[in-house]
Amino acid sequence: MESTQFQRVAERDRPRIRLVIDGRSCEALAGDTLLTALLTNGRRVRASEFGDGPRAGFCLMGACQDCWVALEDGTRLRACTSFVADGMRIVTRNDVDDGI
Amino acid sequence: MESRPPIVVGAGPAGVRAAATLAAAGLAPIVVDEAPASGGQIYRRAPTGFTRPYGALYGFDAAKARRLHEAFDGIKGSIDYRPDTLVWDLKHGALHCLSGGRSREVPYRDVILAPGARDRIIPFPGWTLPGIYTLGGAQIALKYQGCAIGRRIVFMGTGPLLYLVAYQYAKAGGGIAAVLDTTPFAAKRRAVPGLLRGGSTFAKGLWYVAALHARGITMASGIRPVAAEGKDAAVSALLYRNAAGSERRLACDAIAFGFGLSSETQLADLAEIPFAFDPVQQQFLPERDLAGRTPVRGVYLAGDGGGIAGADAAEIGGERAALALLEDRGHAVNGPRVAALEQALRQIAGFRAALEAAFPFPADIAAGMPDETILCRCEGVTAGEFRRAALALDADEINRAKAFSRCGMGRCQGRVCGPAAAVVLAAALDMRPEQIGRLRGQPPVKPIPMGVGS
Repeated sequence: MESTQFQRVAERDRPRIRLVIDGRSCEALAGDTLLTALLTNGRRVRASEFGDGPRAGFCLMGACQDCWVALEDGTRLRACTSFVADGMRIVTRNDVDDGI
Repeated sequence: MESRPPIVVGAGPAGVRAAATLAAAGLAPIVVDEAPASGGQIYRRAPTGFTRPYGALYGFDAAKARRLHEAFDGIKGSIDYRPDTLVWDLKHGALHCLSGGRSREVPYRDVILAPGARDRIIPFPGWTLPGIYTLGGAQIALKYQGCAIGRRIVFMGTGPLLYLVAYQYAKAGGGIAAVLDTTPFAAKRRAVPGLLRGGSTFAKGLWYVAALHARGITMASGIRPVAAEGKDAAVSALLYRNAAGSERRLACDAIAFGFGLSSETQLADLAEIPFAFDPVQQQFLPERDLAGRTPVRGVYLAGDGGGIAGADAAEIGGERAALALLEDRGHAVNGPRVAALEQALRQIAGFRAALEAAFPFPADIAAGMPDETILCRCEGVTAGEFRRAALALDADEINRAKAFSRCGMGRCQGRVCGPAAAVVLAAALDMRPEQIGRLRGQPPVKPIPMGVGS
């Protein structure tokens, strides 16, 4: 089991939903932002364009713009200000992004 | 009399009070807010389905949060409220508002800008590693999502938010590795007489510090960050120098840091409000008077977006700006109320000066930033690349340095790196930050889908 960045400490009693992150089936809770869904399932949100490794958000308030992610259908969303929806399919890796 | 509704941008403490004041005068303002619900950052509401009560979410400020939310809910039906809407440009007397993927032009005659603030950051080596967040971000994770940003967290930096967020984590059962303050203890002690004017704000700060001590949490003052270290592509330790100058390594899986707040000024810039350097806040700020009037007719500023003064001042400033707008529209306003609001704003301004002295912006960290540090996280520009570009191309103005280096040119428009980049550039050129200017706001002020702005 991969370690996760965010730890749930409250509000755990919400409906569970399923999503797919980089092809892996994962669980989140209704009311989670995409950022929360990603970081309660791992420690990355996206790959830096500059080869300096993964990024995992920063400001959480829609200011830094460092948590934009893509859905498999190409839709781009800012993870900290978008809510997760059941069945969402998110890609956090460039290799998936590029279809390689 | 003007029939076009006034517009309020932002629905935090300043925007809500402005809107409520306009509504009370019989107007139906348009309130545009990027967030899905009112409250701003400080009184941000939990998403639907969350159940923690006000006391758990807002602590000492629960009553204020509830009053603000109720004030807005009370007028929601009689105003034109547009949540989830980004104002991405402001020109020729119109706001450009993006909502649901579509942009609309909303003409205005008078507008109150209440865009708020964000964390003020100084990059240090390793700060882009997963697991490292702003103090404000750490607070949002906890309050808005019920999550701690890690299992073993270092809180680092300066400003009231440092102790508040650490305290909120301690109370929620979050694991805290240490609370590391960059301000030397002596500086805080010297600031106490001025801080006492802040009344309950000062008392709350002392309470948070005492509560952290009582829990046996490691605390240190006068530290300097050296580097964040990573393992398996995420943060694993913070290296720092203590007040005595010795290097220490603290294992952690998350860091929350920040050095006070920085005003959101892009829309004020697009509105062509003149800016002046504020020596207390160490930032260029749009000019406004105590009432919130700016040199641009019909444009008013309220709250932290016009200079950091905190949530109480934002509520007062929001009401005062709305009264100024009403006066300018020819409405009669309550004179004693206006005088009382302005007196309260003056008092808070005195306290803020003391607060800045107690938690000074540690500009030396930015000035001495190691060359290999990523300064601009959007464009991956290091401090060394920024310095070399500025020196080689003789860029003694920050927008030129930005053009040559790409630092501050990315998606965030320098919101994150800007304050530190100004200090890095000034120090490299042996100038003062006020001499090298400020990053200009550009539309779109935040990313918008391709094709929307054309």
